Amino acid sequence: MTDLNSQKDKALSAIGDAGTLDALEAERLAALGKKGWVSLALKTLGQMSPEERQEAAPAIQQVRAEIASALDDKKVELEAAALDAQLASETLDLTLPAPQLPQGSIHPVSQVMDELAEIFADLGFAVASGPEIEDDWHNFTALNMDESHPARAMHDTFYFPDKAAGGESMLLRTHTSPVQIRSMKDQGAPIRLIAPGRVYRSDSDATHTPMFHQVEGLVIDRDIHLGHLKWTLETFFKAFFEREDITLRLRPSYFPFTEPSVEVDVGYSNEGDRRVVGGHGDADGHDWMELGGSGMVNRRVLEFAGIDPDAYQGFAFGLGIDRIAMLKYGMNDLRAFFDGDPRWLAHYGFSPFDQPTLSAGVGARP
Amino acid sequence: MKFSLTWLKDHLETDASLQEITDCLNAIGLEVEGVEDPAELLKGFQVGHVLSADKHPDADKLQVLKVDTGDGQPLQVVCGAPNARAGMKGVLGLPGAVVPSNGMELRKAAIRGVESTGMMCSARELGLGEDHDGIIELPEAASVGHSFADYQGSSPVIDVAITPNRPDCMGVYGIARDLAAAGLGTLKPIAMPSFEASGSCPVEIRTEDEQGCPAFFGRVIKGVKNGSSPDWMQQRLKSADQRPISLLVDLTNYLMLAFGRPAHVYDLAKLNGAVVARRAKPGEQVTALNEKTYTLDASMMVIADDRAVHDIAGIMGGEDSGVQDETTDVLLEIAYFDPANIGVTGRKLGLASDARTRFERGVDPEFLEGGLDLLTGLIVELAGGAPSETVYAGSPLSEAKVVAFDTGLTARLGGVEVSEDEQRRILESLGFGVSADWQVKCPLRRHDIEGPADLVEEVVRIHGLDKVQSVALPRVEGVARPTATADQVLERKLRRAAAASGLHEAITWSFISEAEAEAVGGGHWTLDNPISEDMKVMRPSLLPGLLSAVQRSFDRGLSSVRLFEIGRRYLSSGEHPTLMAVLAGEKEPRRWTTGKAVHFDAYDAKSYARALLKEAGAPVNKLQTMGDAGDLYHPGQSATLRLGPKNQLASFGMIHPTLLKKFGIDVPVAAVGIHLDAIPAKKAAKGPVSFARPSYAPPALQAVTRDFAFLVSQDVPSADLVRAIMGADKQHIKFARVFDVFNGDGVPEGQKSLAFEVTLQPQDKSFKDKDLKAIADAVVAAAAKLGAELRG
Repeated sequence: MTDLNSQKDKALSAIGDAGTLDALEAERLAALGKKGWVSLALKTLGQMSPEERQEAAPAIQQVRAEIASALDDKKVELEAAALDAQLASETLDLTLPAPQLPQGSIHPVSQVMDELAEIFADLGFAVASGPEIEDDWHNFTALNMDESHPARAMHDTFYFPDKAAGGESMLLRTHTSPVQIRSMKDQGAPIRLIAPGRVYRSDSDATHTPMFHQVEGLVIDRDIHLGHLKWTLETFFKAFFEREDITLRLRPSYFPFTEPSVEVDVGYSNEGDRRVVGGHGDADGHDWMELGGSGMVNRRVLEFAGIDPDAYQGFAFGLGIDRIAMLKYGMNDLRAFFDGDPRWLAHYGFSPFDQPTLSAGVGARP
Repeated sequence: MKFSLTWLKDHLETDASLQEITDCLNAIGLEVEGVEDPAELLKGFQVGHVLSADKHPDADKLQVLKVDTGDGQPLQVVCGAPNARAGMKGVLGLPGAVVPSNGMELRKAAIRGVESTGMMCSARELGLGEDHDGIIELPEAASVGHSFADYQGSSPVIDVAITPNRPDCMGVYGIARDLAAAGLGTLKPIAMPSFEASGSCPVEIRTEDEQGCPAFFGRVIKGVKNGSSPDWMQQRLKSADQRPISLLVDLTNYLMLAFGRPAHVYDLAKLNGAVVARRAKPGEQVTALNEKTYTLDASMMVIADDRAVHDIAGIMGGEDSGVQDETTDVLLEIAYFDPANIGVTGRKLGLASDARTRFERGVDPEFLEGGLDLLTGLIVELAGGAPSETVYAGSPLSEAKVVAFDTGLTARLGGVEVSEDEQRRILESLGFGVSADWQVKCPLRRHDIEGPADLVEEVVRIHGLDKVQSVALPRVEGVARPTATADQVLERKLRRAAAASGLHEAITWSFISEAEAEAVGGGHWTLDNPISEDMKVMRPSLLPGLLSAVQRSFDRGLSSVRLFEIGRRYLSSGEHPTLMAVLAGEKEPRRWTTGKAVHFDAYDAKSYARALLKEAGAPVNKLQTMGDAGDLYHPGQSATLRLGPKNQLASFGMIHPTLLKKFGIDVPVAAVGIHLDAIPAKKAAKGPVSFARPSYAPPALQAVTRDFAFLVSQDVPSADLVRAIMGADKQHIKFARVFDVFNGDGVPEGQKSLAFEVTLQPQDKSFKDKDLKAIADAVVAAAAKLGAELRG
């Protein structure tokens, strides 16, 4: 027995010293292998008398169990150490750059058009569109600007040599108003729509580009008056700029397609070199800025569009999209809008996930 | 249109401040574009009395003046003007004053060792004229110590924008009338100078075209003395940016600017025979007062005598018969021309003038005789002469429009309640005649009034648009309904999908240069009047705009550009909504793993094309990759995605190097073009939208994969084999994917080895060996039909 115990102690110590899984395996074979001393000791039991066996067996089994347990523990320990060593050898310098997922953006004009659509959808306005290459009739005549109308000259129109089927001159629409005519002709009254899109005027300087974006608004119904127009624009601008202190000033003006016609100004103040809308334009440090034209649709226009002007009336307005985008998001150079510089687009463009929603706020937070 | 406050007050009796006046102008629709106060400019300049003038001790041409400024402490001023002398009065700029002509601030300084406090000024220095030969000499009566601005009577100048419907406000008097109606004062009657007309007009006047020139009134004045106009008139004209020329010319300008009434004065000595308003003869020429010669056509009205054309009617007088300093006998012309005719003629000739602006918008038909008498009286008063009686040819429109007005319309259209009395007061103060039963007679000068809505505008603008209260639009019950059309939803989705996949959205010009259009096959719409050669042709493709942006970006030092645009192509068939994306330069910059950058290739373009089409709702699994992407692309590295041979949804691939060269780009560019209008629209079901999807549960049994490698001719597209394999057992083969393409050792010339991983999905029970063998046999047989041979 003493012999067995001393062998056990020796083996346990060797197991404890085993530095590798191979060395441990050697110890396992030496003890528990077919020819290992524990196995041999177990074999001796067969030659014993039952009494002897009864006395010796538990001791041998005990030794075997202790050795096996020690082997298992050591194996776990060695495997853990081996894994640690392996992992240590696999260390990466994670300060090295990873491949970059490309980041795209939505152009401010598109973003603002989506915002317009969202706000006006809540007010029950659909979004309409129409051709940019228009005929004279839709762009001018039907809007109460006949051939000799002096207002035509103020439009700086781009013309094509081509003629429409009816002989009308073809041109680039100078405003989104022809969409009014097309929509009224198609849908009749009542109607509520906005029509955003590209428009063109032969005008180019620091604040004008020959192509720009406009949104047209049109409401035709039974009892619509200037008060509704004012409310609609106020409500829109409050929602668009997310400010309750938006103050509009209506000024009488002249557009052949509306009567009465009003120009819409908004109060603003300067913060640094930036204009910030809000407040009353006559208040200290404030002024008025023109945002667009509007008015009650001229009955001639309704007639041209096939709507009975004695049964229906309504208002129309036009706003510069690029301009309100600049006001809201702080761009100061209109020309950059159309330059396609990825750096500008990355800076002023919007995440595709900034989808305007009423619940999250129509404006894209920085 | 500009005018001074003083001028306005010639016609408006008012105590209102400048601010009140400008606020009121804005409020009634006469938009104030600016206010300039010359007194601000002339701050620090005073009337000074030169007490003594002594020679400068060290300079021959300079004098040392003692100038009294009224406070008893004369200032010493060094002055180089030859006319400076003791006893004269002039304009002294004090230290701190800023010289208007050059922005220089005056300071006390030593000039050649003599102290000088201020400067005696010339007219040019004060921006009052060209005279710089000497200092301004003021009359003895000028009051010393007064500010020069006060002395001069300078007055703030108001610049208003007059809308084209209000020619009646293209004169100061008309503006005063509007202000008076708005309660800002009282309109003064026009002061008509009296004169004695005697004898009939010695010149025969006719209008031979009653349509183009319904009325032509004239009068001769003999024995006038032309010269320069009086200061008061010059000041008024200058405030309107009208340069004084000579008394007779200034008087016609004054009549036009003060009363909106253009007139013309001919030098009688230059006329021969009857003076006639008629259509021009085709090809007839006239040299106008701007010294340019115009060739006329038969649609244009002229005033001519027996010899020549003397006036492009209503637009500009002729140089030949214009008045000169030595003119003594004149013929005055006051006419009414057809506004439309004037507009067309002006546009045809490209000739703008203040007279045209007024005539084409419509002058006051009731102010012909009055205008002529006013002009005559002023000439007689200021230039002398003996006027003849007026000769009349034709007569102007005299029938006033009468509008039956329902005062309730003001509230119904204008959204503001205005009492009937107030409506009447407003209309009458604007010159409308209002009968007891609201038949409103319009003044003839108000060509813009067509019907009741125009009267509402008059009432509301004078009453005050600020009194219009906001009223909410009625809204439908419940939550707002969706409004976007299918096209709009498609565009919005695609836009955000493209941006989410790493592309920046650009907006480029709709018009491009002819050369750019040619490079992409030529445009279909070319502008008659482009703003520049670079913006002449409507783009037939979005590519030029995007390639130009790529080129600019690389010129600016960028090495990777991913852009897309959603916009229209303008073809002869119309405007086609299109998405185009360009991928230029590096897809990934040099990586530390390989040291090499990865560039975009045609497969990148393909994956964008497919991903975007999927987002657009196109049936991507049914799309065929075919050829014929067109000349813009690399012929071997481009393709189209089609639903059937005729319906092309997209093209993609590498852009042709020749095209890149035309745009100055020297890196490869991959591109995708998607025709949004070719994507089949989802059929909109009638009734409520069904949001439910087809039912689906993932299969319970595990799918297995099998690999096949085939040798096949080089020119067989892999997609053909994929389609053949997929078709071999549609029930079980869910997917087949190329995982290896090889044509090196062991592959016969002209062939390639394609390896496929085929995914097999068991249905209700697991595959047995014989099932798998049967499927494999079917795959091999299907491939064999394309000449593919299973590799051993």
